[in-house]
Amino acid sequence: MGVLENKFQDNIVVASLDKLLGWARSTSPWYFQFGLACCAIEMMASAASRHDLERIGMMPRSSPRQADVMIVAGTVTMKMALRVKKLYEQMADPKYVISMGSCATSGGPYWQHGYHVLKGVDLVVPVDVYVPGCPPRPEALIEGLLKLQEKIQTERPLTRKSA
Amino acid sequence: MGVVKGDQMILNIGPQHPSTHGVLRLEVMTDGEIVSEIRPHLGYLHRCFEKHCENVTYEQVIPFTDRCDYLASMNSNFGYVVAMEELMEIKVPERVEYIRVIMGELNRIASHLLALGVYGLDIGAFTPFLYMLRDRERILDMFEYTCGARLLYNYMWVGGLSHDLPKDFEKICIDFLDYFEPQISEYNQLLTYNKIFVERTADVGVLPADVAVSYGVTGPNLRASGVKWDVRKDEPYSIYDRFDFEVPIGTGELGTIGDCFDRYLVRMQEVRESVKIIRQALKDIPGGDVHQALPKKIRPPKGSVYRRTESPRGDLGYYIVSDGTPVASRLKMRSPAFTSLSVLDEISRGWMISDVIAILGSLDIVLGEIDR
Amino acid sequence: MTLAEIKVAIESLFPGTILENEELADHQVEFKGDQWLEVATFMKNDPDLSFDQLECITGFDTGVEGSLQTRYNFHSMEHRHKIEVIISHDRENPKVASIEKIWRIGDWFERETYDMFGIVYEGHRDLRRILCPDDWEGWPLRKDYEGQLDYHGIMVPKMKEESGWE
Repeated sequence: MGVLENKFQDNIVVASLDKLLGWARSTSPWYFQFGLACCAIEMMASAASRHDLERIGMMPRSSPRQADVMIVAGTVTMKMALRVKKLYEQMADPKYVISMGSCATSGGPYWQHGYHVLKGVDLVVPVDVYVPGCPPRPEALIEGLLKLQEKIQTERPLTRKSA
Repeated sequence: MGVVKGDQMILNIGPQHPSTHGVLRLEVMTDGEIVSEIRPHLGYLHRCFEKHCENVTYEQVIPFTDRCDYLASMNSNFGYVVAMEELMEIKVPERVEYIRVIMGELNRIASHLLALGVYGLDIGAFTPFLYMLRDRERILDMFEYTCGARLLYNYMWVGGLSHDLPKDFEKICIDFLDYFEPQISEYNQLLTYNKIFVERTADVGVLPADVAVSYGVTGPNLRASGVKWDVRKDEPYSIYDRFDFEVPIGTGELGTIGDCFDRYLVRMQEVRESVKIIRQALKDIPGGDVHQALPKKIRPPKGSVYRRTESPRGDLGYYIVSDGTPVASRLKMRSPAFTSLSVLDEISRGWMISDVIAILGSLDIVLGEIDR
Repeated sequence: MTLAEIKVAIESLFPGTILENEELADHQVEFKGDQWLEVATFMKNDPDLSFDQLECITGFDTGVEGSLQTRYNFHSMEHRHKIEVIISHDRENPKVASIEKIWRIGDWFERETYDMFGIVYEGHRDLRRILCPDDWEGWPLRKDYEGQLDYHGIMVPKMKEESGWE
């Protein structure tokens, strides 16, 4: 900030463009409700009356084209893995993935003898935030979402990425 | 309504769709609006539960049974421990039986509240969903107070329980029931006798009684078709024969017997009956030690058992084959939602696509249990 | 009716169907698989037996050298009696008649047993896998099942060697 601070009235804000874009992009991510198993019930409970997700700006969307964040809630099986990839590719940039629960993180309680279970959704899509738990409490999911918001704020969308 | 023959198209619903029944894919043959055939595709949540049961010990199976029917984990546990105790001929203390019944019935109320709230959401009514989930949260608070978990409990063990009831649990439970009973009339005002809801569900998707029995449909779906069959009354397990409660059946009150509205109404009435059972159990609960009859090592005799119990979705059966070792030789879970889903094709022919959503919601399926 | 009376009723019409086996419990009976469709139709339609509810079909693998079995649990809502029927199959070529036309739930139960064990139900209208994907290899619940290493390029086991995670 520096030289221009406090020189103008209160309703003029001076900030770097990256910070401004980060603030604008992070505060209202709409999530793609990809509830697969038990974690989906906790995701629904976090969207319901007691732990309201809409107060932090998150609205559930059923179509991948309208969503920013994909919350993979539940066990991903081999049969479903191909569809997860397809749905991820259908989302528009910028897109993020939250892996909710132990099953989506690493296969969960089914890691040892589950021949049909995908051991972690990060084998098919890139994950930004992992929320552990079986199932994670709604408060844990909200913390994961807030961490994602912090991550989006520190991104630098205008900087040219080196090849 | 007759089936219209013309140019048919295949409409694919799922495996990811906004209705929260889980990952199910329906291949619908339709001419644009009227459905002529539905082919459900399952297996998107097949988590190899039965293979795990052949590789872990009998105690370690209990958390896996939780995760099959995740909306009613107490009842899934209950079914497993009842089957195992029959195989091993263990008699549990009276206090354990009473607590199991209380927890099972509380979970039945929670599961029905979620099913009915989500059904309203499918039809288009958002508010009853929020009201029912608010009351369900109070039940989950009680479970968390007892055993530490909100959704998947690992509470009922073979021969006993994992935790005894905490201090003041009886008072908290009675307070909740006194608060909850008038709420049921509030739900009736909001949703049950709402004109739009009745028009969308009455006379839709009629399931005749003989078709239901042939397709293996059990639980509230079968009772809504007029067949009075409840495992708690007809093949009683635990101490259900000591309680006085009714078994509601469908009467075709606002439509035909066995339509979607009957299935909804039977669940609503069952919630009232569960409240009655919990009140009776809380009055008579004896003292004792819940860990008294827990076996040191579970090593059942050679043999097999098939035992069914009443889960909120129907007859939950466990077929266990033991060969004398601490690990099961075969464990099969007969899931009630599997049979309920198989009847979807038969009762949706000739209805419109939005009616298919209403019929699917009224069957109350949980994909975790179907795919295991 | 008790199990003994049921066995007498079935044996009188279909001699040679019931196989004697001392290891079975009181409610279990083992049948030979060759007349299964006729016996099942009789069990459903006869007014004294009237088994109208097919509760469960379970597949069972008796061991790596042994046979495969299909176990059916029946119940009659009218008479309130139960029976469990066991039919054994040869491991190399397991097959038996399908009963899905008699009890409609047999359709999906038999597809599931086929998916998990590879037992072929002859006469089934559409016998294909129901839980695993259509191009899955092997019969998962058999005792000698070896999982595949990858499925469409995605790795299946947690690690290539089974060590270090006990």
